[in-house]
Amino acid sequence: MADRIAFELVSPERLLLSVEADMVVVPGAEGDFAVLVGHQPMISLLRPGSIDVYDGDKIAERVFVAGGFVEVTGEKLVVLAEEATAFRDVDRAALAERIAAARKALEEMPDHEHKRTAAEEFLIYLEHMYEVSHVN
Amino acid sequence: MPSLKTLRVRINSVKSTQKITKAMKMVAASKLRRAQEAAEAARPFSERMERMLAALAAALGTNDGAPRLLIGTGRSDVHLLVVATADRGLCGAFNSSICRAARRHAAELIAAGKTVKILCVGRKGRDILRRGLAGQILDTLPITHSKRVNYADAALVAERIAEWFAAGEFDVCTLFYNRFRSVIAQVVTTRQIIPAALPDAGPAPDLGGAIYEYEPEEDEILERLLPRNLAVQIYRALLENAASEQGARMTAMDNATRNAGDMINRLTLSYNRSRQAVITKELIEIISGAQAV
Repeated sequence: MADRIAFELVSPERLLLSVEADMVVVPGAEGDFAVLVGHQPMISLLRPGSIDVYDGDKIAERVFVAGGFVEVTGEKLVVLAEEATAFRDVDRAALAERIAAARKALEEMPDHEHKRTAAEEFLIYLEHMYEVSHVN
Repeated sequence: MPSLKTLRVRINSVKSTQKITKAMKMVAASKLRRAQEAAEAARPFSERMERMLAALAAALGTNDGAPRLLIGTGRSDVHLLVVATADRGLCGAFNSSICRAARRHAAELIAAGKTVKILCVGRKGRDILRRGLAGQILDTLPITHSKRVNYADAALVAERIAEWFAAGEFDVCTLFYNRFRSVIAQVVTTRQIIPAALPDAGPAPDLGGAIYEYEPEEDEILERLLPRNLAVQIYRALLENAASEQGARMTAMDNATRNAGDMINRLTLSYNRSRQAVITKELIEIISGAQAV
């Protein structure tokens, strides 16, 4: 099994996903990057976005994450995410509500630089999720 | 000698108490199983996070640039004790043993001339510590807003602690909770969370001699990772606590049920005795009445 990478997605509450894949594309803090087996060991931050798990040429699994951490060792890719939603589980109605709530929270937020950026990113993430799930 | 009627009433009331304790024991048993499962499921995340943290800390070293959550403020004048207990009682010595440990720790610190502040997580802790340490309690947070311990609640506690730390309210933070060993044994555990006591890294993943690449820089990742780590540690403590609480309640209710059974036996015995005494007395009266005629 040396030519496939083991991918694990972990939330604080449980192990969400543990599969083998040919390639995984993760939204790194400084740009998306693809991880194949034998990748240089690295630790990176994630920005809100989607993780695509490739099986051959097609996307086998698509998961949205609201940020987190990723650790790559040669054969393994571990993503620690506080919030993750599988593509097929996206509930558009609930999502629309959350977008509205996030927008409101952002408007009411005082000019606290650090928090504000985080809130903005979160809103973009929600909107991105909404848009992509439209295709579904 | 209590009358037959009062005995009967007492037996009935003990019986219904026994029913309640029995039911509570069974509820605790099923909740315990769920709490254990939750604790089990949360393990991968904290394990991996600790490993990441250890790798980062090793890469960064303990120079002055390291985040303060990791290396502390360099002083230890003000201590914050985070006391995690249950919201409810009737679980044996569960709450009191945590509070006893916290109280002892606080007394030691005060004797050493330090300032002590307390954050209670769970209502029972506040109720117990209020006697004697009321002035030290900064705040009380409920363990959870929903039925089960969830990460969001732990994150809330962690956020509060991190805010206080950033505001310079304290230098060292220690967490008190019960570690679940088995249904009958829960161990009061004290854990220093700020400055982060570095976990034993465990077997480092084999990188074949390569070193980690960081993106962005180490310190930036650490800055994001440390508050999360705080939340995860508190989350784990709350999970352990939840399992311990149910375990302690199960044992306590089992004892209570057994005590109630013993009591019912004793009461039934004395009920039967006095019933027979009454019958004997009546017979004697009848017989001696008949002889007199």
